Amino acid sequence: MRVRGAGAGAVALIALLVWLVAYPLLLTLIEGLRSDGAWTLEHVRAFAARPTELQALWGSLWISIASVILAALIGVPLALLFSRYDFPGSRLFGTIVALPAVLPPLVGVIAFLFLYGESGFLAHLVRRVFGLDETPWRFQGASAILLVHAYSMYVYFYLFTRAGLAALDASVYEAAASLGAGRWRTFTRVVVPLLRPHLAGAAMLTFMTSLASFSAPYIFGGGFRVMTTQIVATRLNGDDGLAMVETVSLTIVALIGLWLLRRTDAEEVVGGSKGAAPRPVPVTSPTMRSLLAVISALLAVVLLLPHLTLLLVSFVPLGTWTTEALPPAYSTGNYLTLLRDPVRARPLANSLWMASAATAAALVIAIAAGALTVRRRTRGARAIETLIALPWAVPGTVFAIALAAAFSVDSPATLRLILVGTIWILPLAYLIRNLPITGRAVVAGFRRLDPSLDEAAASLGAGKGRTLRRVTIPLLRPALLAGGTLAFVTAFGDFVTSIMLYTYDTRPVSLEILSSLRQSDVGVAAAYGVVLMLVSATVFALGAERGSGG
Amino acid sequence: MGADRFLVLEHLTRRFGAVTAVDDVSISLAAGEILALLGPSGSGKTTILRLLAGFEAPDTGRVIVGGDDVTGLAPVARRFGMVFQHYALFPHLDVAGNVGFGLEGRGMSEPQKRARIEESLALVDLAGYADRRIGQLSGGQQQRVALARALAPEPRVLLLDEPLSNLDPALRERTRREIRELIHRVGTTTVFVTHEQDEAFDLGDRVAVLRNGRLEQAGTPEELYGQPANAFVAGFVGRSAAVPVQVTGNTERGVRIALFGAEWDIPQREGGAVKPGPAMLHARPEALWLREPGPGVVSGVVRGRRFTGAGAAYQVELDGGSILEVGAAPGAAQPGDRVGIVPSRRASGGLHLFPMDRR
Repeated sequence: MRVRGAGAGAVALIALLVWLVAYPLLLTLIEGLRSDGAWTLEHVRAFAARPTELQALWGSLWISIASVILAALIGVPLALLFSRYDFPGSRLFGTIVALPAVLPPLVGVIAFLFLYGESGFLAHLVRRVFGLDETPWRFQGASAILLVHAYSMYVYFYLFTRAGLAALDASVYEAAASLGAGRWRTFTRVVVPLLRPHLAGAAMLTFMTSLASFSAPYIFGGGFRVMTTQIVATRLNGDDGLAMVETVSLTIVALIGLWLLRRTDAEEVVGGSKGAAPRPVPVTSPTMRSLLAVISALLAVVLLLPHLTLLLVSFVPLGTWTTEALPPAYSTGNYLTLLRDPVRARPLANSLWMASAATAAALVIAIAAGALTVRRRTRGARAIETLIALPWAVPGTVFAIALAAAFSVDSPATLRLILVGTIWILPLAYLIRNLPITGRAVVAGFRRLDPSLDEAAASLGAGKGRTLRRVTIPLLRPALLAGGTLAFVTAFGDFVTSIMLYTYDTRPVSLEILSSLRQSDVGVAAAYGVVLMLVSATVFALGAERGSGG
Repeated sequence: MGADRFLVLEHLTRRFGAVTAVDDVSISLAAGEILALLGPSGSGKTTILRLLAGFEAPDTGRVIVGGDDVTGLAPVARRFGMVFQHYALFPHLDVAGNVGFGLEGRGMSEPQKRARIEESLALVDLAGYADRRIGQLSGGQQQRVALARALAPEPRVLLLDEPLSNLDPALRERTRREIRELIHRVGTTTVFVTHEQDEAFDLGDRVAVLRNGRLEQAGTPEELYGQPANAFVAGFVGRSAAVPVQVTGNTERGVRIALFGAEWDIPQREGGAVKPGPAMLHARPEALWLREPGPGVVSGVVRGRRFTGAGAAYQVELDGGSILEVGAAPGAAQPGDRVGIVPSRRASGGLHLFPMDRR
């Protein structure tokens, strides 16, 4: 394992990552333990003394566990249904089932608000049908949060399970059958164990996402406390020390959860991945075929209702929809406002440039990381990989707090400078949050490259720069595209870090959605939502096409 | 520097941790010569190729080309062409882009480059393929593009890593011949790695046999077959079976040995003297004959037969349990027959005595 001139590059990259990723978190921990320039447990005591804090922590935890269970209960059976059986429309519905993924968190939440909220479509319908004056429910609290989580996160279980089933060799089923195992035994003894790494992966993703979930509890929480919203509230009250302790407590829960879930899929199941996945079994009974088709169609409608709601509301002019079941008037005015009104167009431009800058920077870091960890065996490889993956394990709110803490002080000696309040803090926050996504995609791309391509270029007289430009980057294009687009979408629709760090001049789309809602300008809020939805949908469609095109 | 010492490997050693992959290997090539590095997997042949290319740096030793010490040069600066085992063609470039890759940054004009690409492609019989995508080519064509790409910048030395291992067997023999003719026509000094003896013999002017990182013997195919330097080479090159014997004395042209109740006089080449006492006899099938068993004749039972086309080779289990392989006519014996074995007068190069293996 020789280090060939890579040492300096690795050291520089590690230093940059430590400064951007680890240092702010460390400062957060330190500030939670300091007051007026001295070490103290004052904030920790304040935290422990307030029952609301422990309530919020417990709320975060059980909501996350319940979200995992609900998402699994919905996603896994759907994946089995659409992977194993062939019936009219099964391919189309199998795709539609994944569509909740194209709604960025805040957009999904406002779609639910328009649909199931107290003055939403369902409320109008129920009031009219039963002749009620008031909506008989309040879409609020834990149940509302769980509903949103289940809707948006079962997709993880659905996609991971389908990927797992697709990786299973048809001969596995045949071998089980030839050994006399019936369907149920094959499923419980063979399929489920082989799917375990995929299920654990989905559980991990769901748990981390719902622990970090901010939009749903922020909009629907009501009196129900979770840690992410609690942190923001504390911070707005100006109690920074307490906010730091809250942040640390949420991080600890996240890390413990991650560690527990990692243990369950410690041993990766190897083998059985060669050969072809079994073809879906055609359902032969005509009754069953129609029944499955009808059920799937109904399911598709229910799943697409939020998208349709958003689209419909985006055409509703301001102030025209009050008590009617369906909005009485429609126009493209909201979209024209987004384009023409400089104040309204600004957030789109902001989000666009900030997400682009963050994505470009994340790609550069990811390429450097890939080149330093995969192509050459550097001693710092593990450190680089850990630092790049770290933001994934830490909720967005935590990172926002950490960045706010680290970059609001002008102290060059301790490598801190004032970025909060400037136009740079949000791109920086997006960059750090996106490092895991981009880094993972690009590093995986590097791993797939044949190392002898580099050697071939070198033996033909191409130096490192020319090899990178002419060989490595062109061949990495699919990975760069995948990592880049996903990162862009996430940054473009980001709400959780933005709400902590934005200024009026850098306000992103998500914050404008929120302020439109507050002004009851639902049409414009929905129009922004549709824009975000279309951007994500385009990116996912591009990804799916690349995936199928090989 | 003499023309016969164009490429010199001088005491090359490369260790990976506790493993010595290349152990004090020295060999030199004349300009335009083709050398085969032959050995089982793990013998260090690929590491030697990578040391030559500059992808690995030796712990000790030097690589000298045309009088220049290139040991410390990066691969980029060596001007060695390399054909990789899986070709390592750039999938995003077309054939011309691949072949022209090594011509960039050398102050060549576009037309000059174009002409050189065409010339190189014509050399490997792929004229007119310049605009093809790599994915559209067959394995054999990809192999030739890789060769054209390596040769286009006119390298000082050409390196081939198992050049034929990815071709189907039917294509291999023809390609071997074509590559050999091509390299001799271009006159590039060449080193290639293979674990197949046929390939080494067909393509190489000389063959270096390696084991455990050590150079066991280097020579023409005839030398390796007829005068193996040691038991390993005798066993690895060609077929041979080994039996323990006693050397009892010298004769005019060789030595007298005792084995399984018989005495054989076998020729012994110069310098290959073996002291009286126990030794191993390595015998090739064509150096032995079948005859009637009897007193004073090495005898055994036929256990198996391998059809070789012109004849057959019989595996004979001697009374002591050792097995010798004997060449004879296809119908000469049946499994289960009891036969006698004598040395053939014709193939005197097929019997070799080596000291007992100490291990």
